[in-house]
Amino acid sequence: MSAAVAEHDDHHDDHDHGPAKGLLRWIITTNHKDIGTLYLLFALAMFFVGGSMAMVIRAELFEPGLQFVDPAFFNSMTTMHALVMVFGAVMPAFVGLANWQIPLMIGAADMALPRMNNMSFWMLVAGVLLLASTLFMEGGAPNGGWTLYPPLVLQPITVGKALPFAIFSVHLLGISSIMGAINIIATILNMRAPAMRLMDMPLFVWTWLITAFLLIAVMPVFAGAVTMLLTDKFFHTSFFNAAGGGDPVLYEHIFWFFGHPEVYIMILPTFGVASTIIPVFARKPLFGYASMVWATASIAFLSFIVWAHHMFTVGMPIAGELYFMYATMIIAVPTGVKVFNWTATMWKGAMTFETPMLFSIAFVVLFTMGGFTGLMMAIAPADFQYHDTYFIVAHFHYTLVPASIFILMAAGYFWLPKWTGHMYNEKIGQLHFWLSAISVNILFFPQHFLGLAGMPRRIPDYAIQFADWNMISSIGGFIFGASQLLFLYIVVDTIKGGTGEKVTDEVWEDAAKHGLEWTLPSPVPYHTWTTPPTTVPTEHVLDTH
Amino acid sequence: MSTNTAYYIPHKATWPVIGTAGLMTMLAGFANYLNGSSIGPTMMVIGLLVFIVMLVGWFTLQAKESESGMYNHGVGISYRMGMMWFIFSEIIFFAVFFGTLWYTRNLSVPWLGEGATKEILHSAYQATWPTNGPGNVGGHYEPMGAWGLPFLNTLLLLTSGVTCTWAHHGLLAKNRDQLIKGLAATVLLGFLFVTFQAIEYHEAYTEMGLTLGSGIYGSTFFMLTGFHGFHVCVGAIILSVVLFRSAKGHFKPENHFAFEAAAWYWHFVDVVWLGLFIFVYLM
Repeated sequence: MSAAVAEHDDHHDDHDHGPAKGLLRWIITTNHKDIGTLYLLFALAMFFVGGSMAMVIRAELFEPGLQFVDPAFFNSMTTMHALVMVFGAVMPAFVGLANWQIPLMIGAADMALPRMNNMSFWMLVAGVLLLASTLFMEGGAPNGGWTLYPPLVLQPITVGKALPFAIFSVHLLGISSIMGAINIIATILNMRAPAMRLMDMPLFVWTWLITAFLLIAVMPVFAGAVTMLLTDKFFHTSFFNAAGGGDPVLYEHIFWFFGHPEVYIMILPTFGVASTIIPVFARKPLFGYASMVWATASIAFLSFIVWAHHMFTVGMPIAGELYFMYATMIIAVPTGVKVFNWTATMWKGAMTFETPMLFSIAFVVLFTMGGFTGLMMAIAPADFQYHDTYFIVAHFHYTLVPASIFILMAAGYFWLPKWTGHMYNEKIGQLHFWLSAISVNILFFPQHFLGLAGMPRRIPDYAIQFADWNMISSIGGFIFGASQLLFLYIVVDTIKGGTGEKVTDEVWEDAAKHGLEWTLPSPVPYHTWTTPPTTVPTEHVLDTH
Repeated sequence: MSTNTAYYIPHKATWPVIGTAGLMTMLAGFANYLNGSSIGPTMMVIGLLVFIVMLVGWFTLQAKESESGMYNHGVGISYRMGMMWFIFSEIIFFAVFFGTLWYTRNLSVPWLGEGATKEILHSAYQATWPTNGPGNVGGHYEPMGAWGLPFLNTLLLLTSGVTCTWAHHGLLAKNRDQLIKGLAATVLLGFLFVTFQAIEYHEAYTEMGLTLGSGIYGSTFFMLTGFHGFHVCVGAIILSVVLFRSAKGHFKPENHFAFEAAAWYWHFVDVVWLGLFIFVYLM
């Protein structure tokens, strides 16, 4: 069984040790780095697809009145922008980072289940293809909002022929996510270098372990919910039909039982990356490692018991309103722990401000703002005013764009030199940062005012008093969108050679103290850790020992 | 224990992308069929066939690799974790429908029968379970009783759990005869269960007026028992494969992940049925 035996020898060079030739390499690969690259490039492509949809939205909202698109198409854009960004861009990007980084960080030769790893990527592509196909269908793409609430989404006018495709797309994306999550859990629990105990793991690995659990626990919930939509529409069931004894509100409960953990699926790995980057550029160990782990676990647990804060106005018993209000506010405690820990990590650090650090600092500040508006909306009576207005749009975009997306950018700048062996152009990186950081606030900050003044979300036209802030927001949006082309340029440029400067194995000063991946050569060889490392860096966990 | 000390990492995989293409074609075909397109059924059949070819091909490969000793202890642990978490995701999937049953019975149906909703909208409606709602959706029906076929099916599945464990003991004691007999009995009981359930469904549709369209009662009844029945079928097919492999002399007391995974899955299906029997049929 010589050809098929695992690589356990670093030095012999048979044909197994390089990537396969040609395009087929990318289709049949089981290598965690290849699959990580596929995920990241796919996510980047979807980021621009979803971003183009956002540009359509902002163009239409530049002025009151109907300018460019008809209202149904506008609603398709808001729906598809959300679905593409959530399931096509942010989640796959973090899975891509997990694929690349987890084996490198824990000293594993690859993911635990490499064939399934390949399948989870292709299932993602299949799911997004089904979803994207609805754009070209009679009646257009789904336009009832990404939450797919019945009875709206079951009306013929709302869905055309798109509904079953969107539903099966959710099923495929769910299968993809569950397989990916199972793989991540098995890798972290079973493939760690023997020297690495659980409480030695980098925070990025911890946050992904917890996120993977969330994924397995809630993706089937979404799958169940949309399955009931399907049978209600096509097979005469009455799950969400009051005439048959069902209840449309039931869908909202099920959806948000999935949906709330889902938003933490997008933010917990963000926390993990931030906790990895900030110590390197502050040149200090992460402050409060153990408390970071427990805070992550607490946030994950709380995410299961707060879902109805998305539905305060739906008509719940007062006891329900109060319970979900208080439970939601408790989340501020572990989240606060994290923000204080990041700040304390930087306190008296010998800080430098390379692009990844700039994005990380912006994340800490701007995510905190998104958190504060979250607290405002957690207050049930106040939420009656904010509900379904641009205030919520501003809130969740602050927690997603200058948080998740910024940290994904930071991760790109931070690890690309390691992956490619080339240094990116720091000047353009900084330009990208400042343009993004300024324009993202021009884009989303005014939306708070619009929401408080009563502008509803998901409409193509609006009353005249909202005109000024909408125009400013749109201008910010166009600058933000255009700035991201710089990132595309930098990624391509870095892969092709970057500044020409050969990076060291550590890339960043003293990075090897913070993570195993920096002890490997740059660029990282195709196969790594075929023999696990015997010692692991514990700088990041100093305060627990 | 396998003869290898190294963790086996395959270098390329063709089945995943083939299986994905099959599944996607099948689902796109189903969606087309639901939209009334004539190409739908053909796509579904082609996609399903590709998917089945993938299952056969991939599992054959795994069985061969396993029997040639390529999987060490560590690989076995990864597989076990994979199966465990897969079953966990399945439990959650069923929990959605159990939760739906709980919510409608205890919250939304009572709400329909009280206060202004009742007085203004449908004063004649009696909000008691089972119900097909104030709209009498699906027309008159009889609810399914617990003590006929369903009770028999409970006994069948519980017995099959015992025979499955008996087979496992046979495997551990290197008693291949007991392994094969136990598995054969389990598979037989599984398919018998599915047959009885088909008879039960037939009665419901032809004699009792109970269909998927019988309001929330019909919806929850058929969705829960239907998804469960589908899982029994899948479990019985998996066990058939394990039986076939046992007859070929596969599995050793220290290396029989496929058997364990199938047994776990079977017990999971068993436990779900107990939940169904209590919450759908009895209560």
